[in-house]
Amino acid sequence: MATLRDIQRRIRSVQSTQKITRAMKLVAAAKLRRAQERILSARPYASKMAELLSNLVSGAEDAGHPLLEQREGPRRQIVIITADRGLAGAFNSNIIRRANELIRGSSSAEITLVVVGRKARDFFRRRTYTIRRDLVAFWDRLNYTHAKDLADYFMQQFLDHEVDEVVLLYNEFRSVVAQRPVRVQLLPIPHAETGGGEGTPAEQVDYIYEPSPEAILGDLLPRHVRMQVWRALMESAAGEQGARMTAMEAASKNAKDIIGILTIQYNKARQEKITKELLDIVGGAEALKQGAEA
Amino acid sequence: MAERLTLELATPARLVVSAEVDEVVVPGSQGYFGVLPGHAPLLATLGIGEVTYRVGRDEYHVAASGGFAEVRNDKVIILADVAETPADIDRARAERARDRAEGRLAGRAASQEEIDYTRAMCALARALTRIQVASRGQ
Repeated sequence: MATLRDIQRRIRSVQSTQKITRAMKLVAAAKLRRAQERILSARPYASKMAELLSNLVSGAEDAGHPLLEQREGPRRQIVIITADRGLAGAFNSNIIRRANELIRGSSSAEITLVVVGRKARDFFRRRTYTIRRDLVAFWDRLNYTHAKDLADYFMQQFLDHEVDEVVLLYNEFRSVVAQRPVRVQLLPIPHAETGGGEGTPAEQVDYIYEPSPEAILGDLLPRHVRMQVWRALMESAAGEQGARMTAMEAASKNAKDIIGILTIQYNKARQEKITKELLDIVGGAEALKQGAEA
Repeated sequence: MAERLTLELATPARLVVSAEVDEVVVPGSQGYFGVLPGHAPLLATLGIGEVTYRVGRDEYHVAASGGFAEVRNDKVIILADVAETPADIDRARAERARDRAEGRLAGRAASQEEIDYTRAMCALARALTRIQVASRGQ
């Protein structure tokens, strides 16, 4: 049976935990807002880029760019994007589980990993995988250069025939409360993306090309790849904050419930103690009275 | 004929300019070209240079490099890797970059590594554009 003091101590402990979870929630909310703004401000560029790409591929006679080349080779590179920190619900573990499934489910003879975020790195480093590259502790100062470096590295490897396929695995930011692990094929660039698959049938525009359509395509495709990586990083960054916010919200609520239960327990224990003391006093007085009468 | 052009200048990080304008001059990779309302559809790659647009009598300048420009239906869309308005430019930094690039170019014979040479030339061009744009802003 917990003593009054024990219960009080527990209440205080839960209260300080609650303070922390509340603060974390607020911080995550602020960071989330910034991350969301970033996604929004990149949107015009991204959507325009997709449109240009589909226009161009239909315009260029022969889309035989090396980045589009589908190969039969078995070497697959999986890029796993998680956060640096935990306390964000299932945010990281979802991705890691998906990655494991993908690794096990693929027949590829040779799989290499690129891990982004400390959680992924720590998990896969302890196992027997070939990690080609990692990128950690950058989320707070995430910018386009990170995406560009990564994307250029992937393209280099692909063009050098070091890998035959590059797949991205990251959390997509659907809404503040919903993140979904998604898998996106980065290289070779899937035909669906270049075939005007955006729903709008690309109207044939008779452009003046300067220089040639092929040269422009050659310029555009690497940028498209960089944009894909950039988007993945931004989505993951926003998703992380969203997930943490939700997790901390739940934790704060939980703490509140526990405090409620403990407080009731405390009051009951206090009542009991008082009752007991009263009984003692009454019993004592009764005994004294009887002693005096006798 | 529409009287005005819609200009949108975006980078991966943000939408830099979105405005109704009368004229745009774009730094294409093959040289500067001007766009007036009624221009034929055009798709060009971007070099390093200054995007200039005019609204009435006011001219605005943005330093840009790398990317694409599309002209269609009196809409000019410029997707640049980097684009900075005069307010964004750190002039002292651009000047340091210029000096560094010039030093690098002066320090080596033309026969030496082609890549470094090209890189230094590009750095120099970017720095000069920034300085130019920054000085226009004043």
